[in-house]
Amino acid sequence: MLAFELLLQGLVQGSIYALIAVGLTLVYGLLRILHVAHAGLFTLGGYIGVIVTNATGSLLLALLVAMPAMGLLGIGIYRTCYQPLLSRPPYVALIASIGLFIMMEELFRLIFGPYGLSFTAPPLQDTVAVFGVNLKEAELATMIGAVVLIGGLALLTLRTRIGTASRATVTDPKMAEAFGVNIGRIRDINFFVGSALAAAAGVMVALLNNLVEPTMGSVPSYKALAIIVLGGLGDLRGTLIAALALGVIEAYGTIYLGNLLDRDAIAFAFLIAVLMLRPQGLFGRA
Amino acid sequence: MAYEITLLTAMGIAVIFALSLNLITGFCGQISLGHAAFYGIGAYCAAMITKSGLPFPLALAAGFLLAGMIGVVVGLASLRVRHDFLAITTMGVGFLFLGIVRQQDFLGGEMGLSGIPSSGLSKPAFMALVLIIAAAVTAFSLYLKRSWMGYVFDSVADDEDTARMLGIDVARYKLAAFAMGTALAGLAGGLYAHNIRFIDPDSFGFVESITVLAMVVVGGIGSVWGVILAAAVLSVLPLWLQFISDYKLLLYGALLFTVMRFSPNGMAGMVAALKGRSKSTAPGGKA
Repeated sequence: MLAFELLLQGLVQGSIYALIAVGLTLVYGLLRILHVAHAGLFTLGGYIGVIVTNATGSLLLALLVAMPAMGLLGIGIYRTCYQPLLSRPPYVALIASIGLFIMMEELFRLIFGPYGLSFTAPPLQDTVAVFGVNLKEAELATMIGAVVLIGGLALLTLRTRIGTASRATVTDPKMAEAFGVNIGRIRDINFFVGSALAAAAGVMVALLNNLVEPTMGSVPSYKALAIIVLGGLGDLRGTLIAALALGVIEAYGTIYLGNLLDRDAIAFAFLIAVLMLRPQGLFGRA
Repeated sequence: MAYEITLLTAMGIAVIFALSLNLITGFCGQISLGHAAFYGIGAYCAAMITKSGLPFPLALAAGFLLAGMIGVVVGLASLRVRHDFLAITTMGVGFLFLGIVRQQDFLGGEMGLSGIPSSGLSKPAFMALVLIIAAAVTAFSLYLKRSWMGYVFDSVADDEDTARMLGIDVARYKLAAFAMGTALAGLAGGLYAHNIRFIDPDSFGFVESITVLAMVVVGGIGSVWGVILAAAVLSVLPLWLQFISDYKLLLYGALLFTVMRFSPNGMAGMVAALKGRSKSTAPGGKA
Protein backbone atom coordinates (compact mmCIF):
# COMPACT_ATOMS: atom_id res chain seq x y z
CA MET A 1 0.00 0.00 0.00
CA LEU A 2 2.86 2.34 0.83
CA ALA A 3 4.31 1.73 -2.62
CA PHE A 4 1.02 2.75 -4.25
CA GLU A 5 0.66 5.78 -2.02
CA LEU A 6 4.18 6.89 -2.93
CA LEU A 7 3.36 6.41 -6.60
CA LEU A 8 0.36 8.73 -6.29
CA GLN A 9 2.34 11.31 -4.31
CA GLY A 10 5.05 11.13 -6.96
CA LEU A 11 2.51 11.64 -9.74
CA VAL A 12 1.07 14.72 -7.99
CA GLN A 13 4.55 16.22 -7.70
CA GLY A 14 5.32 15.11 -11.24
CA SER A 15 2.21 16.90 -12.55
CA ILE A 16 3.46 20.15 -11.05
CA TYR A 17 6.92 19.61 -12.55
CA ALA A 18 5.31 18.82 -15.89
CA LEU A 19 3.27 22.04 -15.96
CA ILE A 20 6.37 24.13 -15.23
CA ALA A 21 8.74 22.21 -17.48
CA VAL A 22 6.42 22.23 -20.50
CA GLY A 23 6.71 26.02 -20.72
CA LEU A 24 10.47 25.85 -20.42
CA THR A 25 10.75 23.25 -23.12
CA LEU A 26 8.51 25.27 -25.47
CA VAL A 27 10.85 28.23 -25.04
CA TYR A 28 13.95 26.09 -25.41
CA GLY A 29 12.67 24.40 -28.53
CA LEU A 30 12.03 27.74 -30.21
CA LEU A 31 14.85 29.92 -28.98
CA ARG A 32 17.52 27.63 -27.46
CA ILE A 33 17.33 29.69 -24.25
CA LEU A 34 17.29 28.23 -20.75
CA HIS A 35 14.53 30.45 -19.36
CA VAL A 36 15.26 30.42 -15.61
CA ALA A 37 12.97 33.39 -14.94
CA HIS A 38 10.05 31.15 -15.95
CA ALA A 39 9.84 30.06 -12.30
CA GLY A 40 9.29 33.71 -11.35
CA LEU A 41 6.02 33.59 -13.29
CA PHE A 42 5.14 30.36 -11.47
CA THR A 43 5.64 32.14 -8.13
CA LEU A 44 3.74 35.25 -9.14
CA GLY A 45 0.95 33.04 -10.47
CA GLY A 46 0.72 31.47 -7.02
CA TYR A 47 0.53 34.88 -5.36
CA ILE A 48 -2.21 36.06 -7.71
CA GLY A 49 -4.06 32.80 -7.06
CA VAL A 50 -4.05 33.32 -3.29
CA ILE A 51 -4.83 37.04 -3.44
CA VAL A 52 -7.72 36.73 -5.89
CA THR A 53 -9.18 33.70 -4.08
CA ASN A 54 -9.03 35.53 -0.76
CA ALA A 55 -10.67 38.61 -2.27
CA THR A 56 -13.44 36.90 -4.23
CA GLY A 57 -13.72 33.43 -2.71
CA SER A 58 -13.49 31.80 -6.13
CA LEU A 59 -10.53 29.59 -7.00
CA LEU A 60 -11.68 29.28 -10.59
CA LEU A 61 -11.72 33.06 -11.01
CA ALA A 62 -8.22 33.17 -9.52
CA LEU A 63 -6.99 30.72 -12.17
CA LEU A 64 -8.73 32.72 -14.89
CA VAL A 65 -6.94 35.87 -13.74
CA ALA A 66 -3.51 34.36 -13.01
CA MET A 67 -3.11 32.39 -16.24
CA PRO A 68 -3.66 35.14 -18.85
CA ALA A 69 -1.90 37.74 -16.69
CA MET A 70 1.24 35.60 -16.49
CA GLY A 71 0.88 34.72 -20.16
CA LEU A 72 1.05 38.41 -21.06
CA LEU A 73 3.94 38.99 -18.68
CA GLY A 74 5.73 36.07 -20.37
CA ILE A 75 5.38 37.79 -23.73
CA GLY A 76 6.68 40.98 -22.12
CA ILE A 77 9.75 39.16 -20.81
CA TYR A 78 10.41 37.66 -24.22
CA ARG A 79 10.13 41.01 -26.03
CA THR A 80 12.20 43.07 -23.59
CA CYS A 81 14.76 40.54 -22.35
CA TYR A 82 15.34 37.74 -24.78
CA GLN A 83 14.55 39.08 -28.22
CA PRO A 84 17.50 41.49 -28.25
CA LEU A 85 19.88 38.71 -27.12
CA LEU A 86 19.01 36.05 -29.68
CA SER A 87 22.14 36.62 -31.77
CA ARG A 88 24.41 36.36 -28.72
CA PRO A 89 26.03 33.20 -27.38
CA PRO A 90 23.53 31.20 -25.27
CA TYR A 91 25.18 31.87 -21.91
CA VAL A 92 24.33 35.59 -22.28
CA ALA A 93 20.58 34.97 -22.22
CA LEU A 94 21.02 32.33 -19.50
CA ILE A 95 22.79 34.71 -17.14
CA ALA A 96 20.42 37.58 -17.98
CA SER A 97 17.59 35.21 -17.13
CA ILE A 98 19.17 34.25 -13.80
CA GLY A 99 19.59 37.96 -12.99
CA LEU A 100 15.96 38.57 -13.86
CA PHE A 101 14.84 35.66 -11.68
CA ILE A 102 16.83 36.95 -8.67
CA MET A 103 15.24 40.38 -9.18
CA MET A 104 11.75 38.89 -9.34
CA GLU A 105 12.23 36.87 -6.15
CA GLU A 106 13.50 39.94 -4.33
CA LEU A 107 10.60 42.06 -5.59
CA PHE A 108 8.11 39.44 -4.35
CA ARG A 109 9.80 39.49 -0.95
CA LEU A 110 9.75 43.30 -0.78
CA ILE A 111 6.18 43.63 -2.04
CA PHE A 112 4.41 40.67 -0.42
CA GLY A 113 6.64 40.28 2.64
CA PRO A 114 9.17 37.55 3.53
CA TYR A 115 6.79 35.16 5.30
CA GLY A 116 4.46 34.35 2.45
CA LEU A 117 0.69 34.34 2.14
CA SER A 118 -1.95 31.70 2.86
CA PHE A 119 -5.59 31.20 1.89
CA THR A 120 -8.01 32.58 4.49
CA ALA A 121 -10.37 29.70 3.70
CA PRO A 122 -8.29 27.10 1.87
CA PRO A 123 -10.43 25.39 -0.80
CA LEU A 124 -10.36 21.66 -1.64
CA GLN A 125 -8.85 20.43 1.63
CA ASP A 126 -11.15 17.40 2.22
CA THR A 127 -9.73 13.96 1.65
CA VAL A 128 -11.11 11.47 -0.82
CA ALA A 129 -10.26 7.78 -1.13
CA VAL A 130 -8.73 6.78 -4.46
CA PHE A 131 -8.31 2.99 -4.77
CA GLY A 132 -8.04 2.82 -1.00
CA VAL A 133 -5.49 5.62 -0.68
CA ASN A 134 -6.51 8.88 0.96
CA LEU A 135 -5.75 11.88 -1.21
CA LYS A 136 -6.53 15.53 -0.59
CA GLU A 137 -8.99 16.99 -3.06
CA ALA A 138 -6.33 19.52 -3.93
CA GLU A 139 -3.96 16.71 -4.94
CA LEU A 140 -6.62 15.11 -7.10
CA ALA A 141 -7.45 18.49 -8.65
CA THR A 142 -3.75 19.03 -9.42
CA MET A 143 -3.51 15.77 -11.33
CA ILE A 144 -6.76 16.34 -13.20
CA GLY A 145 -5.83 19.96 -13.92
CA ALA A 146 -2.45 18.92 -15.30
CA VAL A 147 -4.00 16.27 -17.53
CA VAL A 148 -6.59 18.73 -18.88
CA LEU A 149 -4.12 21.55 -19.48
CA ILE A 150 -1.41 19.41 -21.04
CA GLY A 151 -4.01 17.48 -23.05
CA GLY A 152 -5.28 20.82 -24.34
CA LEU A 153 -1.74 21.83 -25.24
CA ALA A 154 -1.24 18.55 -27.09
CA LEU A 155 -4.44 19.17 -29.09
CA LEU A 156 -3.28 22.71 -29.82
CA THR A 157 0.12 21.57 -31.10
CA LEU A 158 -1.06 18.54 -33.05
CA ARG A 159 -4.44 19.58 -34.43
CA THR A 160 -4.40 23.30 -35.18
CA ARG A 161 -2.73 25.51 -37.78
CA ILE A 162 -0.94 27.43 -35.04
CA GLY A 163 0.40 24.18 -33.63
CA THR A 164 1.65 23.06 -37.02
CA ALA A 165 3.30 26.44 -37.61
CA SER A 166 4.88 26.22 -34.16
CA ARG A 167 6.30 22.77 -34.78
CA ALA A 168 7.59 23.88 -38.16
CA THR A 169 9.33 26.83 -36.51
CA VAL A 170 11.03 24.55 -34.00
CA THR A 171 12.26 22.24 -36.74
CA ASP A 172 13.52 24.92 -39.10
CA PRO A 173 12.79 28.59 -38.36
CA LYS A 174 14.11 29.91 -41.68
CA MET A 175 12.13 27.44 -43.75
CA ALA A 176 8.99 28.09 -41.70
CA GLU A 177 9.38 31.81 -42.28
CA ALA A 178 9.84 31.23 -45.99
CA PHE A 179 6.51 29.38 -45.98
CA GLY A 180 4.80 32.41 -44.49
CA VAL A 181 4.83 31.59 -40.78
CA ASN A 182 4.93 34.72 -38.65
CA ILE A 183 7.80 33.68 -36.38
CA GLY A 184 7.40 36.59 -33.98
CA ARG A 185 3.77 35.66 -33.38
CA ILE A 186 4.64 31.99 -32.87
CA ARG A 187 7.17 32.99 -30.22
CA ASP A 188 4.64 35.25 -28.50
CA ILE A 189 2.08 32.45 -28.45
CA ASN A 190 4.57 29.95 -27.03
CA PHE A 191 5.63 32.32 -24.28
CA PHE A 192 1.97 33.06 -23.51
CA VAL A 193 0.97 29.40 -23.30
CA GLY A 194 4.07 28.29 -21.37
CA SER A 195 3.78 31.12 -18.85
CA ALA A 196 0.06 30.53 -18.37
CA LEU A 197 0.76 26.87 -17.56
CA ALA A 198 3.44 27.92 -15.05
CA ALA A 199 0.88 30.22 -13.43
CA ALA A 200 -1.57 27.32 -13.16
CA ALA A 201 1.16 25.26 -11.50
CA GLY A 202 1.78 28.13 -9.09
CA VAL A 203 -1.88 28.23 -8.06
CA MET A 204 -1.89 24.45 -7.58
CA VAL A 205 1.24 24.50 -5.41
CA ALA A 206 -0.32 27.30 -3.37
CA LEU A 207 -3.33 25.05 -2.90
CA LEU A 208 -1.28 21.96 -1.98
CA ASN A 209 0.86 23.75 0.60
CA ASN A 210 -1.66 26.46 1.53
CA LEU A 211 1.31 28.79 1.29
CA VAL A 212 3.05 30.98 -1.26
CA GLU A 213 6.46 32.42 -0.46
CA PRO A 214 8.97 34.52 -2.39
CA THR A 215 11.45 31.67 -2.92
CA MET A 216 8.97 28.94 -3.79
CA GLY A 217 10.15 29.08 -7.41
CA SER A 218 13.85 28.39 -6.74
CA VAL A 219 13.88 24.63 -6.45
CA PRO A 220 11.23 23.96 -9.13
CA SER A 221 13.12 26.29 -11.42
CA TYR A 222 16.37 24.32 -11.29
CA LYS A 223 14.56 21.03 -11.26
CA ALA A 224 12.54 21.98 -14.31
CA LEU A 225 15.82 22.68 -16.09
CA ALA A 226 16.97 19.19 -15.15
CA ILE A 227 13.68 17.78 -16.43
CA ILE A 228 13.84 19.40 -19.85
CA VAL A 229 17.43 18.18 -20.22
CA LEU A 230 16.35 14.64 -19.27
CA GLY A 231 13.50 14.91 -21.75
CA GLY A 232 15.93 15.76 -24.51
CA LEU A 233 15.65 19.59 -24.59
CA GLY A 234 12.74 20.88 -26.61
CA ASP A 235 10.94 17.54 -26.83
CA LEU A 236 7.42 17.89 -25.35
CA ARG A 237 6.65 14.20 -24.90
CA GLY A 238 10.08 13.50 -23.40
CA THR A 239 9.61 16.41 -20.99
CA LEU A 240 6.28 15.04 -19.79
CA ILE A 241 7.63 11.56 -19.17
CA ALA A 242 10.74 12.93 -17.46
CA ALA A 243 8.63 15.16 -15.19
CA LEU A 244 6.39 12.34 -14.02
CA ALA A 245 9.34 9.95 -13.69
CA LEU A 246 11.27 12.44 -11.58
CA GLY A 247 8.27 13.03 -9.32
CA VAL A 248 7.95 9.29 -8.71
CA ILE A 249 11.69 8.68 -8.30
CA GLU A 250 11.87 11.47 -5.73
CA ALA A 251 8.90 10.06 -3.83
CA TYR A 252 10.53 6.61 -3.56
CA GLY A 253 14.07 8.00 -3.20
CA THR A 254 13.19 10.18 -0.23
CA ILE A 255 11.90 7.12 1.60
CA TYR A 256 14.64 4.66 0.65
CA LEU A 257 17.69 6.93 0.18
CA GLY A 258 16.70 9.75 2.51
CA ASN A 259 19.57 9.15 4.92
CA LEU A 260 22.12 9.37 2.15
CA LEU A 261 20.92 12.24 -0.01
CA ASP A 262 18.20 14.85 0.28
CA ARG A 263 15.34 15.11 -2.21
CA ASP A 264 17.01 17.60 -4.55
CA ALA A 265 20.30 15.73 -4.59
CA ILE A 266 18.46 12.52 -5.56
CA ALA A 267 16.92 14.32 -8.53
CA PHE A 268 20.26 15.66 -9.70
CA ALA A 269 22.12 12.39 -9.09
CA PHE A 270 19.55 10.76 -11.38
CA LEU A 271 20.06 13.54 -13.93
CA ILE A 272 23.85 13.17 -13.96
CA ALA A 273 23.65 9.38 -14.17
CA VAL A 274 21.29 9.57 -17.16
CA LEU A 275 23.34 12.21 -18.97
CA MET A 276 26.54 10.23 -18.62
CA LEU A 277 24.85 7.20 -20.19
CA ARG A 278 22.75 9.11 -22.72
CA PRO A 279 24.24 12.58 -23.33
CA GLN A 280 21.27 13.58 -25.48
CA GLY A 281 18.78 12.98 -22.64
CA LEU A 282 16.41 10.08 -22.10
CA PHE A 283 14.29 10.78 -25.15
CA GLY A 284 16.46 13.12 -27.22
CA ARG A 285 17.74 12.06 -30.59
CA ALA A 286 21.50 11.77 -30.91
CA MET B 1 42.59 49.76 9.23
CA ALA B 2 40.93 46.52 10.39
CA TYR B 3 38.03 47.19 8.02
CA GLU B 4 40.34 47.65 5.03
CA ILE B 5 42.12 44.41 5.91
CA THR B 6 38.82 42.53 6.00
CA LEU B 7 37.81 44.05 2.67
CA LEU B 8 41.10 43.30 0.95
CA THR B 9 41.16 39.73 2.24
CA ALA B 10 37.63 39.08 0.99
CA MET B 11 38.53 40.71 -2.32
CA GLY B 12 41.68 38.64 -2.74
CA ILE B 13 39.85 35.37 -2.11
CA ALA B 14 37.15 36.40 -4.59
CA VAL B 15 39.81 37.19 -7.21
CA ILE B 16 41.40 33.74 -6.82
CA PHE B 17 37.98 32.08 -7.00
CA ALA B 18 36.89 34.09 -10.06
CA LEU B 19 40.17 33.53 -11.91
CA SER B 20 39.83 29.80 -11.24
CA LEU B 21 36.48 29.72 -13.05
CA ASN B 22 37.92 31.96 -15.76
CA LEU B 23 40.37 29.17 -16.64
CA ILE B 24 37.49 26.78 -17.31
CA THR B 25 34.77 29.05 -18.68
CA GLY B 26 36.78 31.99 -19.95
CA PHE B 27 39.83 30.33 -21.45
CA CYS B 28 38.50 26.90 -22.37
CA GLY B 29 34.86 27.84 -23.03
CA GLN B 30 33.32 25.19 -20.76
CA ILE B 31 30.41 26.70 -18.83
CA SER B 32 30.01 25.70 -15.18
CA LEU B 33 27.01 26.46 -12.99
CA GLY B 34 28.38 24.47 -10.07
CA HIS B 35 31.81 25.96 -9.45
CA ALA B 36 31.01 26.80 -5.81
CA ALA B 37 31.03 23.06 -5.10
CA PHE B 38 34.82 23.00 -5.60
CA TYR B 39 35.21 26.09 -3.43
CA GLY B 40 33.21 24.13 -0.85
CA ILE B 41 35.23 20.93 -1.28
CA GLY B 42 38.43 22.90 -0.66
CA ALA B 43 36.90 24.67 2.33
CA TYR B 44 35.55 21.51 3.99
CA CYS B 45 38.70 19.52 3.29
CA ALA B 46 41.03 22.21 4.65
CA ALA B 47 38.81 22.82 7.68
CA MET B 48 38.68 19.12 8.59
CA ILE B 49 42.46 18.90 8.37
CA THR B 50 43.25 21.84 10.64
CA LYS B 51 40.49 20.68 12.99
CA SER B 52 42.31 17.38 13.36
CA GLY B 53 45.38 19.30 14.48
CA LEU B 54 47.47 19.25 11.30
CA PRO B 55 49.18 22.43 10.08
CA PHE B 56 47.47 25.10 7.95
CA PRO B 57 49.75 24.89 4.85
CA LEU B 58 49.05 21.16 4.63
CA ALA B 59 45.31 21.90 4.83
CA LEU B 60 45.51 24.39 1.95
CA ALA B 61 47.44 21.89 -0.16
CA ALA B 62 44.97 19.11 0.60
CA GLY B 63 41.98 21.31 -0.32
CA PHE B 64 43.74 22.22 -3.57
CA LEU B 65 44.45 18.58 -4.46
CA LEU B 66 41.08 17.10 -3.46
CA ALA B 67 39.11 19.77 -5.35
CA GLY B 68 41.34 19.25 -8.39
CA MET B 69 40.90 15.49 -8.32
CA ILE B 70 37.12 15.69 -8.07
CA GLY B 71 37.29 18.42 -10.71
CA VAL B 72 38.91 16.00 -13.16
CA VAL B 73 36.04 13.56 -12.59
CA VAL B 74 33.52 16.32 -13.33
CA GLY B 75 35.69 17.34 -16.26
CA LEU B 76 35.09 13.86 -17.67
CA ALA B 77 31.44 14.89 -17.90
CA SER B 78 32.42 17.75 -20.20
CA LEU B 79 33.71 15.13 -22.62
CA ARG B 80 30.23 13.60 -22.77
CA VAL B 81 27.98 16.67 -22.80
CA ARG B 82 28.32 20.17 -24.16
CA HIS B 83 26.90 23.68 -23.91
CA ASP B 84 23.48 23.77 -22.24
CA PHE B 85 23.73 20.12 -21.25
CA LEU B 86 27.06 20.83 -19.55
CA ALA B 87 25.56 23.86 -17.81
CA ILE B 88 22.82 21.71 -16.31
CA THR B 89 25.18 18.84 -15.46
CA THR B 90 27.52 21.14 -13.54
CA MET B 91 24.52 22.71 -11.82
CA GLY B 92 23.54 19.18 -10.80
CA VAL B 93 27.03 18.60 -9.41
CA GLY B 94 26.57 21.69 -7.26
CA PHE B 95 23.26 20.44 -5.83
CA LEU B 96 24.69 16.95 -5.35
CA PHE B 97 27.57 18.39 -3.31
CA LEU B 98 25.12 20.32 -1.11
CA GLY B 99 22.90 17.27 -0.69
CA ILE B 100 25.81 15.09 0.37
CA VAL B 101 27.29 17.62 2.81
CA ARG B 102 23.90 18.29 4.41
CA GLN B 103 23.48 14.60 5.28
CA GLN B 104 26.97 14.06 6.76
CA ASP B 105 27.10 14.53 10.52
CA PHE B 106 30.89 14.55 10.63
CA LEU B 107 30.84 17.59 8.30
CA GLY B 108 28.40 19.37 10.57
CA GLY B 109 25.41 18.68 8.32
CA GLU B 110 22.92 21.53 7.92
CA MET B 111 24.43 23.42 10.86
CA GLY B 112 27.87 23.76 9.30
CA LEU B 113 31.35 23.49 10.76
CA SER B 114 32.29 25.96 13.46
CA GLY B 115 35.41 26.33 15.54
CA ILE B 116 37.79 26.03 12.60
CA PRO B 117 41.27 26.68 14.05
CA SER B 118 43.09 29.88 13.20
CA SER B 119 45.65 29.78 10.42
CA GLY B 120 48.21 30.92 12.98
CA LEU B 121 48.74 34.12 11.02
CA SER B 122 47.78 37.60 12.18
CA LYS B 123 45.04 39.32 10.18
CA PRO B 124 47.45 41.50 8.15
CA ALA B 125 49.73 38.51 7.51
CA PHE B 126 46.75 36.42 6.37
CA MET B 127 45.74 39.26 4.05
CA ALA B 128 49.27 39.39 2.67
CA LEU B 129 49.18 35.63 2.06
CA VAL B 130 45.85 35.93 0.21
CA LEU B 131 47.07 38.83 -1.90
CA ILE B 132 50.33 37.05 -2.77
CA ILE B 133 48.41 33.97 -3.88
CA ALA B 134 45.99 36.17 -5.85
CA ALA B 135 48.94 37.87 -7.57
CA ALA B 136 50.48 34.48 -8.33
CA VAL B 137 47.22 33.21 -9.84
CA THR B 138 46.97 36.42 -11.88
CA ALA B 139 50.52 35.97 -13.17
CA PHE B 140 49.79 32.32 -13.94
CA SER B 141 46.60 33.30 -15.85
CA LEU B 142 48.41 35.94 -17.87
CA TYR B 143 51.22 33.51 -18.65
CA LEU B 144 48.81 30.72 -19.56
CA LYS B 145 46.87 33.00 -21.92
CA ARG B 146 49.97 33.64 -24.00
CA SER B 147 51.26 30.08 -23.82
CA TRP B 148 50.75 27.26 -26.29
CA MET B 149 48.15 25.80 -23.97
CA GLY B 150 46.28 29.13 -23.87
CA TYR B 151 46.01 29.17 -27.65
CA VAL B 152 44.77 25.59 -27.64
CA PHE B 153 42.13 26.55 -25.03
CA ASP B 154 41.10 29.40 -27.31
CA SER B 155 40.61 27.07 -30.22
CA VAL B 156 38.61 24.60 -28.11
CA ALA B 157 36.42 27.46 -26.86
CA ASP B 158 35.87 28.81 -30.36
CA ASP B 159 35.10 25.57 -32.14
CA GLU B 160 35.73 22.21 -30.57
CA ASP B 161 35.21 20.20 -33.73
CA THR B 162 37.63 22.27 -35.76
CA ALA B 163 40.18 22.03 -32.97
CA ARG B 164 39.83 18.25 -33.02
CA MET B 165 40.20 18.23 -36.77
CA LEU B 166 43.47 20.13 -36.44
CA GLY B 167 44.81 17.24 -34.40
CA ILE B 168 44.31 18.75 -30.95
CA ASP B 169 43.59 16.25 -28.18
CA VAL B 170 40.51 18.17 -27.02
CA ALA B 171 39.75 15.80 -24.14
CA ARG B 172 43.19 16.25 -22.61
CA TYR B 173 43.01 20.03 -22.68
CA LYS B 174 39.48 20.16 -21.31
CA LEU B 175 40.53 17.94 -18.42
CA ALA B 176 43.59 20.14 -17.86
CA ALA B 177 41.36 23.22 -17.68
CA PHE B 178 39.00 21.54 -15.21
CA ALA B 179 41.90 20.24 -13.10
CA MET B 180 43.58 23.65 -12.81
CA GLY B 181 40.37 25.62 -12.36
CA THR B 182 38.83 23.38 -9.73
CA ALA B 183 42.09 22.98 -7.80
CA LEU B 184 42.46 26.76 -7.58
CA ALA B 185 38.84 27.03 -6.47
CA GLY B 186 39.68 24.50 -3.73
CA LEU B 187 42.62 26.66 -2.69
CA ALA B 188 40.36 29.71 -2.49
CA GLY B 189 37.93 27.63 -0.42
CA GLY B 190 40.66 26.65 2.06
CA LEU B 191 41.56 30.32 2.47
CA TYR B 192 37.89 31.25 2.91
CA ALA B 193 37.36 28.60 5.60
CA HIS B 194 40.32 29.90 7.63
CA ASN B 195 39.36 33.52 7.09
CA ILE B 196 35.75 33.23 8.30
CA ARG B 197 36.45 30.13 10.47
CA PHE B 198 32.88 28.96 10.05
CA ILE B 199 31.42 27.21 6.99
CA ASP B 200 28.00 25.78 6.22
CA PRO B 201 26.47 24.24 3.08
CA ASP B 202 24.69 27.47 2.17
CA SER B 203 28.02 29.26 1.71
CA PHE B 204 28.65 27.05 -1.34
CA GLY B 205 25.22 26.88 -2.94
CA PHE B 206 23.82 27.80 -6.32
CA VAL B 207 23.84 31.53 -5.55
CA GLU B 208 27.60 31.39 -4.99
CA SER B 209 28.09 29.49 -8.25
CA ILE B 210 26.13 32.19 -10.03
CA THR B 211 27.98 34.96 -8.21
CA VAL B 212 31.35 33.69 -9.37
CA LEU B 213 30.05 33.15 -12.89
CA ALA B 214 28.78 36.73 -12.75
CA MET B 215 32.27 37.94 -11.88
CA VAL B 216 33.68 36.17 -14.93
CA VAL B 217 30.93 37.36 -17.22
CA VAL B 218 30.62 40.91 -15.92
CA GLY B 219 34.39 41.27 -16.15
CA GLY B 220 34.41 40.04 -19.72
CA ILE B 221 34.70 36.34 -20.26
CA GLY B 222 38.33 35.28 -20.77
CA SER B 223 39.78 38.68 -19.88
CA VAL B 224 42.11 38.41 -16.86
CA TRP B 225 42.05 42.08 -15.85
CA GLY B 226 38.33 42.45 -16.44
CA VAL B 227 37.61 39.42 -14.25
CA ILE B 228 39.88 40.71 -11.48
CA LEU B 229 38.14 44.08 -11.54
CA ALA B 230 34.69 42.49 -11.52
CA ALA B 231 35.64 40.11 -8.71
CA ALA B 232 36.98 43.01 -6.64
CA VAL B 233 33.89 45.15 -7.21
CA LEU B 234 31.29 42.41 -6.85
CA SER B 235 32.88 41.01 -3.68
CA VAL B 236 32.95 44.33 -1.83
CA LEU B 237 29.68 45.65 -3.24
CA PRO B 238 27.59 43.60 -0.77
CA LEU B 239 29.74 44.92 2.09
CA TRP B 240 29.45 48.52 0.93
CA LEU B 241 25.74 48.08 0.37
CA GLN B 242 25.10 46.95 3.96
CA PHE B 243 23.13 50.12 4.62
CA ILE B 244 20.63 49.07 2.00
CA SER B 245 21.05 45.38 2.72
CA ASP B 246 17.36 44.78 2.14
CA TYR B 247 17.81 45.67 -1.53
CA LYS B 248 21.23 44.04 -1.94
CA LEU B 249 20.17 40.97 -3.90
CA LEU B 250 17.74 43.03 -5.95
CA LEU B 251 20.59 45.28 -7.08
CA TYR B 252 22.76 42.26 -7.71
CA GLY B 253 20.17 40.65 -9.95
CA ALA B 254 19.60 43.94 -11.72
CA LEU B 255 23.33 44.30 -12.33
CA LEU B 256 23.63 40.82 -13.83
CA PHE B 257 20.63 41.42 -16.02
CA THR B 258 21.66 44.89 -17.15
CA VAL B 259 25.23 43.95 -18.03
CA MET B 260 24.07 40.94 -20.05
CA ARG B 261 21.29 42.87 -21.73
CA PHE B 262 23.27 45.92 -22.72
CA SER B 263 26.95 44.92 -22.71
CA PRO B 264 27.28 41.13 -23.01
CA ASN B 265 31.06 41.34 -23.39
CA GLY B 266 31.32 42.73 -19.89
CA MET B 267 33.60 45.46 -18.68
CA ALA B 268 36.45 44.31 -20.89
CA GLY B 269 34.05 44.65 -23.83
CA MET B 270 33.06 48.16 -22.75
CA VAL B 271 36.69 49.24 -22.51
CA ALA B 272 37.40 47.74 -25.91
CA ALA B 273 34.38 49.52 -27.38
CA LEU B 274 35.63 52.81 -25.95
CA LYS B 275 38.98 52.19 -27.56
CA GLY B 276 37.10 51.61 -30.79
CA ARG B 277 38.25 48.08 -31.43
CA SER B 278 35.79 45.48 -32.63
CA LYS B 279 35.43 42.46 -30.39
CA SER B 280 34.60 38.86 -30.81
CA THR B 281 31.42 37.83 -29.00
CA ALA B 282 32.30 34.16 -28.80
CA PRO B 283 32.90 32.56 -25.41
CA GLY B 284 36.57 32.84 -24.70
CA GLY B 285 36.67 35.92 -26.90
CA LYS B 286 40.12 37.42 -26.82
CA ALA B 287 40.39 40.52 -24.71
